[in-house]
Amino acid sequence: MRIPIDTFQLPNGLFVVLSEDHTAPIAAVNLWYHVGSANERHGRTGFAHLFEHMLFQGSANVGANEHFELVQRAGGTLNGSTWLDRTNYYETVPSNQLELALWLEANRMGYLLPAMTQQKLDTQRDVVQNERRWSMDNQPYGTWWERLPALCYPSEHPFHHSLIGSMTDLDAASLDDIAQFFSTYYTPDNAVLSIAGDFDPGEARVMIAKHFGAIPRGAGKPPLGDMFLPPMFGGAKREIVPDDVMLPRLFLAFRSPVFGTDEYYAASVCSAILGLRKGSRLYRTLVRELQIAANVVAFTYDLAKGGDLLVVDATARPGLEIEQLEEAVGTQIDRLVVDGVSTEEVARALTLIETDLVVSLQSAGDRADKLSMFATYFGDPTLVNVQAERYRAVTPERVNTFARAHLTKDNRASLVYVPREPVAAPLQDDVAMAGVP
Amino acid sequence: MSDILSAASFSAPTTKPAAAPPRGYRFPAFEQRELANGLRLVVAPVTKLPLATVFVLIEAGSSAEPRHRSGVASLTARLVLEGAAGMDGETIADRFERMGASVEAYATWDIAAVTLTALSSEIGNALALVRDILRSPDFPEREVQRLKEERLADLLQQLAEPRGLADEEFAKALYIDSARYAAPEEGDAASVRSLTREDVLEFYAARYRAGGITLVFAGDVSMDSAMTLTEALFGDWVGDRPQLAPGGIDATQSGRLVRVLAKADAPQSELRIGHIGLPRNNPDYFETMVMNAVLGGLFSSRINLNLREVHGYTYGASSAFDWRRGAGPFVIQTAVKSDVTGDAVREILSEIERIRTEPIDADELTLATSYLDGVFPIRYETTAAIAAALANMVVHSLPSQFFDTYRAEVRAVTSERVLRAAQQHLHPDRLRIVVVGDPTPVAVSLEKVTGIRPDVIAIDGGGTPT
Repeated sequence: MRIPIDTFQLPNGLFVVLSEDHTAPIAAVNLWYHVGSANERHGRTGFAHLFEHMLFQGSANVGANEHFELVQRAGGTLNGSTWLDRTNYYETVPSNQLELALWLEANRMGYLLPAMTQQKLDTQRDVVQNERRWSMDNQPYGTWWERLPALCYPSEHPFHHSLIGSMTDLDAASLDDIAQFFSTYYTPDNAVLSIAGDFDPGEARVMIAKHFGAIPRGAGKPPLGDMFLPPMFGGAKREIVPDDVMLPRLFLAFRSPVFGTDEYYAASVCSAILGLRKGSRLYRTLVRELQIAANVVAFTYDLAKGGDLLVVDATARPGLEIEQLEEAVGTQIDRLVVDGVSTEEVARALTLIETDLVVSLQSAGDRADKLSMFATYFGDPTLVNVQAERYRAVTPERVNTFARAHLTKDNRASLVYVPREPVAAPLQDDVAMAGVP
Repeated sequence: MSDILSAASFSAPTTKPAAAPPRGYRFPAFEQRELANGLRLVVAPVTKLPLATVFVLIEAGSSAEPRHRSGVASLTARLVLEGAAGMDGETIADRFERMGASVEAYATWDIAAVTLTALSSEIGNALALVRDILRSPDFPEREVQRLKEERLADLLQQLAEPRGLADEEFAKALYIDSARYAAPEEGDAASVRSLTREDVLEFYAARYRAGGITLVFAGDVSMDSAMTLTEALFGDWVGDRPQLAPGGIDATQSGRLVRVLAKADAPQSELRIGHIGLPRNNPDYFETMVMNAVLGGLFSSRINLNLREVHGYTYGASSAFDWRRGAGPFVIQTAVKSDVTGDAVREILSEIERIRTEPIDADELTLATSYLDGVFPIRYETTAAIAAALANMVVHSLPSQFFDTYRAEVRAVTSERVLRAAQQHLHPDRLRIVVVGDPTPVAVSLEKVTGIRPDVIAIDGGGTPT
């Protein structure tokens, strides 16, 4: 299955990807800016995400709250999200409203700053701090989102620090930071615009030139901090977090080859063999046979630079100590390294992954997001059409080679959550709130 | 402030572009058939991608359980994947996964379902396996015990999870204890602990019967092939349609209730405010849905803009009617910083009051109706979404033209109808206010705002050690 793809670049550097599909009168607009929490400077953790919130606060020609309202009034859906190495913004609209979505995106790319006020910044800071409380601080195991990268990446590495940010750093964010971040990173030459769905490509080109063409190119962005990492941790790491939880839970991470490399696809298949769905090794043994885990999954982060992570996430059954769960997971990992994987296991994983690839291309919004991703990471959106082939080329031998190299004892980082002892309560809250430097 | 804030000297269009003429859209055409044994079939061929989704709907939802057997519907549905026709659960999972098929089995309030998505080339084989698990489940004792233990582990986990705790406590505050809706959809601990394999067998025998089964197909499959497959796999299944689940929920409640579930030092309060709502078949469905969109259903709704964008109290606030066959909850939910809990409740109460006393203005009405109208095609991009919509039609016995008239029904809602829906279906005098949070600041501020001294209760089972 291949989806049609056309690309071009505006003189100001905006890279555009078009993918037509006229089955329904729907068009998806998707922008990736190549900036994420990795680009934050010292003392400003959480800023990339706070900034994403500010992009919904209007621009020179769009009132506060109007961005959401205009898209919803047009019958569209929209949102944005921030990740370690990118930030995306997207709308899916009835296809006759395509130009509205383009106009809104161009307006905030070109004319955001006149709409920025201290009051809007203060309100969004409150909103984001409440997002932090809701998703992490008041949620069992919620802090794993920042603790796992902090454990797995060295302290000066761009992926080490918290994406949602510390309360202190969020408090320190100013309008000057907004202006600086905007002019540095929110420029057409640091963005990819994808449109998928029902549109006329000739008309779309005219609209894109009209709305985005006049926005000036940026002055270039500072290089990321040093992304280089050795291929393995080079030693076992372990952190214990007493938390308001009822059951122990283990996040076991392995440093793993970055997204897009041949080795990555072997790692991804290995991860599926370990923990994708009920037929996976860990589910079969820990949940079904031994009945020591309430649930277990494995996944990869899919980071395209520095180093990726393969993660096993297992929650213990009531009454079980975390050490028993860790030992059982470790045994299964060691067994896979020693005995290798079977042809049948690889076949099961590949079939599931290939079907999921097709399922994931059903909606225009998901297609546009994938195109933006491949264009941003590799400069080539047509890579979306070769993913199935890349996976199909994975053999048991390649999975075994990956496992022997990366699932070793000196390449394991364990983040373990255990029920908090009543007396030990106060200190851990402070640690969670302070985030990481 | 930096100079750069006012610098924008280049030029691009400053006014909002007009919409182009809309292209027509119809919900995918579908056909309905009934086999001689009473089993029904709904088929929506959609050929965009080589994928198909099948929902097998069974008249065996949680509402059909006795209150003291809560959880048996969920347990029965999940167990069909754990052993059938001599295959163990591992073999069943393995077979589905080798076909690349995603399979789930679960019970909702109204219905039990086995859902299947796969490449269309595998649908025949996958559905044959669905036949085995549905018609010849073994319910192995070991798996009965394991799934019970897993459910109990979930319930234990929930004691430390403010959102789940709030939902559960809210249901208890809404419904009288003997109502099935007072306990969680998948059952409460006391009941789940007591369930036996015999309970499962009995529930299965009573409710998994051909007359109460509907197969919904959506995707790359023709009416003829769906019909042939269904006849071959399910045509000789027997059994009359079981009685519909009892929908009547005792709604006699008066007065307000304010309850705090104590979680010491919680950084946020999880809030649930509402009362018993309406059954899905209420004739005011459309105006109530539009009213709710304006009140708290959309991002740009009154409650979200007030609590989030004006006050910064929360990451998000919303309201919803949970449309079930019986009267499900109407709930406003949010999580706010502990020290503004009373303020947030005051704002929510004033928004309920406002929408009941003043007609909404034309702009708010058209925002809600044009959103619901325009977003309609976007909701049905995937085979699973189309199948789910058709399943909803089956569950609630909606007319087959429902999808073709939906958008006109939405556009026909007026601000007068919205006002009437708010006055008739929102009940400020019988609000249940449930908060999971730190009782020290929260109870006092709640009393100040509501005039009612909250019951402060400990989390059952000790979610927070005290």
